Amino acid sequence: MHIVVDYDLCESNAICMQIAPDVFEVRDDDFLYLLDETPGEDRRAAMDEAAQRCPKQAIRIED
Amino acid sequence: MGSSTLRNAVTIVGASLAGLRAAETLRRDGFEGTISLVGDEPRVPYDRPPLSKQLLSGEWEVDRISLSPPERFMSLDLDLRLGRRATGLDVSSHTLDVDGATEEYDGLLIATGARCRTLPGTDGLAGVYTLRTLDDSLAIREALRGGPRRVVVVGAGFIGAEVASTAVGYGVPVTMVEALPVPLGRVLGDTVGSVVAEVHVDNGVDLRCGVGVDEICGTDRVESVRLSNEAVVEADLVVVGIGAIPNTDWLEDSGLTVDDGVLCDKTCLAAPDVTAAGDVARWPNPRYGEVMRVEHWDNAVEQGAHAARRLMLTDEEAVPFTPVPWFWSDQYDRKVQLAGRPRPDDEVALVDGSFEERRFAVIYGREGLLTAVFGMNRPRQVMQFKGLLQRGASWSEALEFAGN
Repeated sequence: MHIVVDYDLCESNAICMQIAPDVFEVRDDDFLYLLDETPGEDRRAAMDEAAQRCPKQAIRIED
Repeated sequence: MGSSTLRNAVTIVGASLAGLRAAETLRRDGFEGTISLVGDEPRVPYDRPPLSKQLLSGEWEVDRISLSPPERFMSLDLDLRLGRRATGLDVSSHTLDVDGATEEYDGLLIATGARCRTLPGTDGLAGVYTLRTLDDSLAIREALRGGPRRVVVVGAGFIGAEVASTAVGYGVPVTMVEALPVPLGRVLGDTVGSVVAEVHVDNGVDLRCGVGVDEICGTDRVESVRLSNEAVVEADLVVVGIGAIPNTDWLEDSGLTVDDGVLCDKTCLAAPDVTAAGDVARWPNPRYGEVMRVEHWDNAVEQGAHAARRLMLTDEEAVPFTPVPWFWSDQYDRKVQLAGRPRPDDEVALVDGSFEERRFAVIYGREGLLTAVFGMNRPRQVMQFKGLLQRGASWSEALEFAGN
């Protein structure tokens, strides 16, 4: 599973960070950092939720 | 209330965010039956937040606001019925009227959303708009591009604030009229509400608070707005953002309880085999011991999914819907976010940044509990405290977390 963030769309709402802080981090500079581009299969449900709940639809999961 | 898990078909009424997320959830959870999606707008589901921001400003065109890429949307294999309006429902006979024709349903999910409240006496007056649909946004954009002499925004809620912000970006003079003495004071309290209001003034908006609108004047086109303090503001474009009314007219005599929305139980079930989600749904949120209707984007996503799953569960399996409400709004170069349910008289503590730099996070507390977090350009902090809210953290725990 490969996580792709479209940084042109991302507005750092940080919803993804709340869902999966091990993968997404919005730092003090208000930018999103992807901590793990290839999380394990056990994180799929969380990745699905992060993608679906992103208000900017900026997160894509590539298998 | 009985509900069967052996469902062959689900009808979703309302083809916007909640309805689409419901359909996606059913497919993701392995539902292989027919999903019929009925929507009165003749368009595939689109995202509404950009309507007052990127689309209105012209930064984006219509192709950018799709809620689902075409190939993913097609893979849902929906019986798509767009440009069709549900006109009646009878839950006792499990029948639904679509454009007047009666059909049976197996499972039904109501996600018909809400429509804008309007000012009386403005019907047919050119230059007066509300903002809810793509067509509304395109019409206001056209008007803004025409170089109006002045825009009056009625209502300093979040839609009004975003429209004012976008209009300022066009270089158009903006007057914003708000009936409350402090915009959003009833939500955020006067201290924080004042800071949000000051951001408008920082950006050159002529903000008039504590006054109502007595009349929108003009014969065919709007010419001015007369306020309750007798002031008259010349305007050739007026955008009214004074709240929304749930779309429940079609549910008269349906057998459902309609009271400022479709009343559901705590699991989002409104009647046997009927659930509701999004702006139209009211339900008792056990987290707050309060019956609520939430018009936020995130709630449509979450409740759409929850109400879809509820249709597939028995009463025994069903779980309550217990979200911490959350929303964001983008105004000028500021992002504001609120999570939780603050009351205006809650205790407030600044936990990060300062009001002066317009970059801060505050938390709200009541009766020893953390009730909400509000941030301006502080998304990281808002989400951290939102996590505490979901855990039901105490006020002292929240203060300790903040390092106070």
